[in-house]
Amino acid sequence: MFGWLVWRDLILAWRRRADVLATVFFFIIVTSLFPLGIGPERETLKTIAPGVVWVAALLASMLSLGRIFGNDYQDGTLEQLVLTPQPTYLVVLAKVLAHWVVSELPLVVIAPVLGLQFGLSENSLVIVMASLMLGTPVLSVIGSIGAALTLGLRAANVLVALLVLPLYIPVLIFGSGAVQASVTGSSPQAWLLLLAATLVVSLMFAPWATSAALKISVE
Amino acid sequence: MSNRRINWYKYAAPANFYPLAGKMIPFFAVPAAILFIIGIYVGFFVAPTDFQQGESYRILFIHVPAAWMGMFLYVMMAIYAGIGWAFNARLASMMAQAISTTGAIFTFISLVTGSLWGRPAWGVWWVWDARLTSTLILMFLYIGFISLQSSIDDVRRADRAGAVLALVGVINVPIIYFSVQWWNSLHQGATITAKSFKMAPSMLAAMLIMLAACWIYSIAVVLVRVRYIIREREQEAPWLAEAAV
Repeated sequence: MFGWLVWRDLILAWRRRADVLATVFFFIIVTSLFPLGIGPERETLKTIAPGVVWVAALLASMLSLGRIFGNDYQDGTLEQLVLTPQPTYLVVLAKVLAHWVVSELPLVVIAPVLGLQFGLSENSLVIVMASLMLGTPVLSVIGSIGAALTLGLRAANVLVALLVLPLYIPVLIFGSGAVQASVTGSSPQAWLLLLAATLVVSLMFAPWATSAALKISVE
Repeated sequence: MSNRRINWYKYAAPANFYPLAGKMIPFFAVPAAILFIIGIYVGFFVAPTDFQQGESYRILFIHVPAAWMGMFLYVMMAIYAGIGWAFNARLASMMAQAISTTGAIFTFISLVTGSLWGRPAWGVWWVWDARLTSTLILMFLYIGFISLQSSIDDVRRADRAGAVLALVGVINVPIIYFSVQWWNSLHQGATITAKSFKMAPSMLAAMLIMLAACWIYSIAVVLVRVRYIIREREQEAPWLAEAAV
């Protein structure tokens, strides 16, 4: 059931490619705005690059959160999925995995290209990819809690942002800390390990909170 | 003997808790007011001038109790919301909703008074160290809880959704509390521990009196607010029409 659900979500996302690509373009545009706003001085750009890339990734993934459960909630499929004998935890995990592949993985792939815009070295680009690779699943899975809590509400997008951004802050700190460490020449290992730990803990506990929130929202 | 024991569960019904809360309020409000007056007097007039900080340290008598109450009230809110969710108890969720506003106000006061203290003492209005950042996150969590509850029309769904959010966020409170041990940063470590205290006795007395004042005040104001919430939610109930307003 898990594999089927992931595959189904991937196919559905493929049929609405425009939504997915919008997230990627948002990421690209936001990261491009900062050099335009702050000035093209190379040293400044290198200093702000970790934070800018990470904040843009955060905002882009927040925009896409409504898509995890939104479509299924509207046509009633979500209610049926929650009612199946399989644990809702697995349903959530499957949907989050599909959402990550569709919405976050493109960000991970594009991010090194954007890092070049900021003049980052090759080592730093690798660390950008690695930190986003570890961090974006956390963003998806923690964001799913916010998405489940705000299903079907008016102004759900803004509310999701308000709920989920405080929980995103540790991921942001660890992720951009890793990239910053590699830019300044020290080892990003500690930050990446912390990110990995956050990933493990959130993958364990967040789907449980999300499934509780789904049961509340769907009733 | 069994008809002498108080049936506490009777007070889980809003109709029974409402008059009880009304009777309890003066017992908390009056001591809170008295303790505030004594605490401010001791803190601002009796406690000696600090060797390094001069007079500006006195705002700590507001900052420390406010910070403590902000954290403590979040935990209480999470517990009440959890009880309301697990046992389907309306009154517990109403208590959580009542606590949220007070907790948010205290956290805001602690952030503002902390900045006011920090400017003379550290030279800056704000630093991004672990304790300040996680207290800011606590503020956002309170605001998120209040917004979530106010944006869901169905009251019971709002209660349960708020409970999930409160419980997910409760991890932040130990982070705030232990952040000064785990990370070395500008914000000082614990001055008052179980074994010793590193400040003058009158300062400690003022701090503890203000803490007690804030705590008792919180109880009083939460009881007042929960009565309003009961009145608002139970509008249709017949007992409300009969109760003295």
